[in-house]
Amino acid sequence: MSIHDHKSIQDLQTEDIQIMTGNHAAACAVKLAGVQVISAYPITPQSPVVEKLMEYVQSGELKAEFVNVESEHSAITVCISASAVGARVFTASCANGLALMHELLHWAAGSRLPIVMAIPNRAVAAPWNILNDQQDSISQRDTGWMQIYCRNNQEVLDTVIQAYRIAEQVMLPVMVCYDGYVLSHTLMPVTIPDARTVKNFLPDYKPHTILDPDSPRNINPVTLADPRVNAEGVLCHGYMEIRALMQEAHLSAVPVVEKVGEEFGAVFGRSYGIYDTYKTDDCEILIASMGSLSSEATDAVDDLRADGIKAGVLQVRLYRPFPAQILAEAVRATGCKGVVVMEKNVSYGYEGALATDLKAALFDHQVDVFAHSYIAGLGGRDVNTSHISDAVRTSCSYLPKPKNKQQKAQEWINCKL
Amino acid sequence: MGTRKCGHITASSTPAKGEAGRTGDWRVTHPEIDYLVCIPAKSKRPSCFICWTLCPDNVISKTVPPVIDLEYCKGCGICAVECPVRAIQMITDEKE
Repeated sequence: MSIHDHKSIQDLQTEDIQIMTGNHAAACAVKLAGVQVISAYPITPQSPVVEKLMEYVQSGELKAEFVNVESEHSAITVCISASAVGARVFTASCANGLALMHELLHWAAGSRLPIVMAIPNRAVAAPWNILNDQQDSISQRDTGWMQIYCRNNQEVLDTVIQAYRIAEQVMLPVMVCYDGYVLSHTLMPVTIPDARTVKNFLPDYKPHTILDPDSPRNINPVTLADPRVNAEGVLCHGYMEIRALMQEAHLSAVPVVEKVGEEFGAVFGRSYGIYDTYKTDDCEILIASMGSLSSEATDAVDDLRADGIKAGVLQVRLYRPFPAQILAEAVRATGCKGVVVMEKNVSYGYEGALATDLKAALFDHQVDVFAHSYIAGLGGRDVNTSHISDAVRTSCSYLPKPKNKQQKAQEWINCKL
Repeated sequence: MGTRKCGHITASSTPAKGEAGRTGDWRVTHPEIDYLVCIPAKSKRPSCFICWTLCPDNVISKTVPPVIDLEYCKGCGICAVECPVRAIQMITDEKE
């Protein structure tokens, strides 16, 4: 975990630093990754990713095929096809555009294609709203895609590059999620890695099953409940075996994400874990969150600590596969008595998705702390440090209570009903 | 013995007869050609072959006379409907 480690100014001056938005950082990473086929349909706040990539392709900076399409459904279809014939591909979408891809997201994962998609997170209609929350990608949680959430624009660039390494190793598609506007349209200094070093970091994509006219085959034929013997006499998977392999790949991806994050650090000087922490030593209450909300939470923690409340932050970077054991142990290691799960999504009828997942992990690994779900910032509603601090204070009032009185219903913060 | 040994991580098949399984199992009626009426059979010359053209499962041969592979015929009945001389009848399969 050395995301907060900064190189000395002198070291930085030898590298290429540019002031760029999260969207520009994503596009820049796609260029560095030597992506061969791009297909995307513009949607706010993702459009600048597409525009920047078109610039790169038109100027010849990136030797890729840019396929114009009439919808997100077609964009992901082009990516699936191109990936199946052996190309490294990229797309980007969010909100209702991402929702329109839904069916094909299952196809991409079920076909085990290492597609990388950037998602500048945006609220899903209805009602129409173009601003940030994470409901769009959380709603695609069970499609079989991996999901990584970024906190700043440097993480966006670095994570897109790592995503190709991870995806092409475990043969699963990856969503790189970053908050719309908060990151997608905010300028930050970003260190641009050297193109040749990135090329060495990313070996060529070797597809598991290539579609080739010289060796014709059918992918994803009707696959019924039970295994069957194919024309060559080999016993082949039924649907359930193929899905079980996908689950195995997901579970095996947790250490891969860790390893790739470490190796990235060894090469580029910025290492990544599957979670990060802030001020968790001597911590009584922990704020768990994903994306830019975790950065905001670090400021809240500073305020709370100044007031004598021993708070800390657990930033979940890898959300799918869900690193349950690692997160449970991370919570245990802080020694906290309770967790405030703050997130920009809700599983309607229950609570925040991260809260549910984290509680299950804590339960399974017998980490005996309470976890309270707070829903924040839907549709771009402001979340400032005082909102976060207030939520932490509310949960802190449960600390002296007996264990069987620490349960608390989910709560929406800064909601003005 | 499990299916892991097949070495694939997705569903795939190569174009070969029977790759979709014994689709003849799906059938409830099967076609029978009356060779006294069928145009190529009667004329003893390659002709008509509308059944061969329209069979969605490619189980009718382009031969004189045409022959239906009942191992894979799903019994859809398109050939019987499309035959211009009504040489094909759909007969109910006997239950096994």
